[in-house]
Amino acid sequence: MSESMLSTQSGVESRRSGPVADPPQAGGAPTGRDGKSRSTKGRGTPRPAGKNRGTKGAKGGKQGSNVLAHCVLAIGGLAMISPLLYQIVMSLSTNAEVQSTPPTLWPSVVQWHNFADVFTSMNFGSQLWVTVAITVIRVIGQVLLCSMAGYAFARMQFRFKGLILAVVLSIIMVPSQLFLIPQYQIIQNLGWLNSIAGIVAPGIFSAFGLFLMRQFFMGLPDELEDAARLDGANPFQIFFRVMLPLAANGLWALVIITVLWSWNDLLWPLVVTSTANAAPLSVGLSNLQGEHANNYPILMAASLMAMAPILIMFLLMQKRVMAGIGRSGLK
Amino acid sequence: MKAQILTPASKSVRAAQAAGDRRNGKSKSDGWWPWLFVVPTVAGIGVFYLWPIVQTFYYSFTKWGVFGGTKFIGLDNYVRLFADSTIPQSILNTLIYTVVVLLGIPIAVILASLIERPGLRFAALYRTLYFIPYITMPAAVGIVWRLIYNGDFGPINWFLGLFGIQGPYWTSTPGFALLAVATVGLWMSLGFNLIIISAGLREIPRELFEAAEMDGASRVRQFFSITVPLLTPSIFFVTIVTVISGFQLFDLLYVMMGKANLAMPQTQSLVYIFYNQAFLQNDKGYAAAIGILILVIIALLTAFQFRIQKRWVNYV
Repeated sequence: MSESMLSTQSGVESRRSGPVADPPQAGGAPTGRDGKSRSTKGRGTPRPAGKNRGTKGAKGGKQGSNVLAHCVLAIGGLAMISPLLYQIVMSLSTNAEVQSTPPTLWPSVVQWHNFADVFTSMNFGSQLWVTVAITVIRVIGQVLLCSMAGYAFARMQFRFKGLILAVVLSIIMVPSQLFLIPQYQIIQNLGWLNSIAGIVAPGIFSAFGLFLMRQFFMGLPDELEDAARLDGANPFQIFFRVMLPLAANGLWALVIITVLWSWNDLLWPLVVTSTANAAPLSVGLSNLQGEHANNYPILMAASLMAMAPILIMFLLMQKRVMAGIGRSGLK
Repeated sequence: MKAQILTPASKSVRAAQAAGDRRNGKSKSDGWWPWLFVVPTVAGIGVFYLWPIVQTFYYSFTKWGVFGGTKFIGLDNYVRLFADSTIPQSILNTLIYTVVVLLGIPIAVILASLIERPGLRFAALYRTLYFIPYITMPAAVGIVWRLIYNGDFGPINWFLGLFGIQGPYWTSTPGFALLAVATVGLWMSLGFNLIIISAGLREIPRELFEAAEMDGASRVRQFFSITVPLLTPSIFFVTIVTVISGFQLFDLLYVMMGKANLAMPQTQSLVYIFYNQAFLQNDKGYAAAIGILILVIIALLTAFQFRIQKRWVNYV
C-alpha cells in the first residue's frame, strides 16, 4: 500500500465512513494465517517504513517540526550507547586513567595490550570456547528438534496431539526456578557437572521453539506438500526437501533467539559449573569481580570482547535480529 | 537471559488447531511418522521440564539432609516461608524494580511515535542505537555499569559533583543499589519495548492521522487521541512481558552487586534468594517452596492484568 494513494481524498472518505479503515497488511513474512489475530497485533514483524519515506517530505510543511524529534532521538540514542562508549575508552586506558576524575575522555597512550592481557590474566580463551560451543550445539539442536516437532504439530495428525501440545506449551509460562533443582540433579547424576554437555543439555529442548516453528509451519500453503506427496515422497523427504527450506524466516528467528539466549545466559551455567575452565563467559565475567576487581581496564576489555560477537552479529543483520525478537516475547 | 515468554491467549491456539484440522480434510492419522518427528523433543521436554516441575512441587514438602537424602516434612517449608522476613522484603524489592522498568514503556511509546514519523531520516540508525543494550550480555554490561556507578571515581558521581552533590556508593548502599540496578534494567529493556510498540504503531492506518490533521488536531492531540489508544494492545503485551521478566530479576543484581555485597539482604530479589538457598546454602527443599511462590506470584499478577485489560485495552 503506497503512501501516495492516501491523499486527502481517502483521508476525507475514511473520516466520513468512520475511523476504522483496513489496517495496512503487514505483508511479507507469513504470520500464521490462522488464529494469531490478536498476538500479531502486538508482535508483527517490525519493518522499516521504507515506502513512506520521502512522500511526506515532498509535500513539505512537516520538515521543520522534525527537528525537535531529531534532537530528542539523537540525545536519547547517545545516552543509550554511552555506557558502551565509556567501556571502549576505559578498555584502552591505564588503570590510573580509569580511576581519575574528571573521567578520561581518551587515553594519553592507547593501551591495546589490555586486550591481549585478558587472555593471560583470566581463562578467557577456554571460556570463549565453552560459550561458542554451547551456543552452536544449542542452535543446531533446537533448529533440528523444534522444527521437526513444530512441523508435526502443525501439519500432521496423530493421537493425543492436542493434549500433548497443550501440556508442552503450558511450561512456557512456568518460571525457570521450577526446573532448576531437578535439572541440576539430572546433570549431577550423569556426571556432567563442569562439562559442555551439562550446560547444553536442557537448553537443546525448547517448548517455545516448538511453538514458534509450529506457528510458522501453520502459515505455509498446502500445495507443495500435496504435490510432493503425490510424487511419492515420504514425510521425511517432504519435511527436509520441501517444507524446511520454506521455513527459512521462522528458522532465522529461532536461531537468533537461541543464540542470544545461550550466549548471554547466566543462572543455569552458574549452577552447573564450579571451575573457571568449564564456565562460559557470562559466569567467568561475573566471578572475575572478586579476583580482578581492581584491574578495571582488563575488566572492560574482557566484557567488551564477551559481547562483541553478539554486537557484530546484530550490526550485520539488524533487520533479521529485530524481526526475530519481534516475533518472540523473549526474556 | 531468561527465556520467559508469553503465549498468545490459548483461544488463538485452539483456533489455529481447528484450522489445521480443517485444512487436512478429515482428521485422518498419519500413522507412526508423526511420532518420529515429535518424540525426541517431547521426551526431552518431559525429562528436563515437565517432570522437574512435579519434582520441585514434591521437594517443596521435604527437607534435605547434609549428606543427601530427603525427608518429607509436610508444610514446614511454607510455614517458614511466611515467617521469613526476607521474603516480603524481596517481594517489595522485585516490585520496585518492576515498577522502575515499567517506566520504560511510556518512554518507548514517545520514542516510537517519533521514530515512526513518516519520512523521518536516520530512523534505522535510531532503532539500532536504542536496540543495542537489549542484546548485550547482562554479565558484561553489569560490570560496566558497576564502574559507571563507582562511588569514588565513577562518571555519575563526578557529574553530580559538578553541582556540589556528593553521590552515594550506588551499588553498596541499600535503597540506592536497587535503584541503580533497576535503571540498568530499564535501559536494557527499552529496545525491546520500542520494537514491539513500533510494530504496533505501523499498523495504525495513516488516514486516521491525516483526517485528524485536516480537522486541525495538533500533534500532541493526535498522540493522545489516536496513537496511545490504538497502541494499547502493544502496550498491554510489553507490560505483561516486563512484569514477568521483572520478577525473574537475577543476572543484573548478581553481577552489579556480587555475592559478598553487604547491601544484598536489603536489595535481593526472590530469584536471588532462590539461588542462594538452593545452590549456596544447599537448602533445596526450602528453595523449591520459594520457586512455587514465584510461580504463584507471576500467575496472579498475569491473571490480574488480563482481568483489568478490558478497562483500558482497545482491540479494534
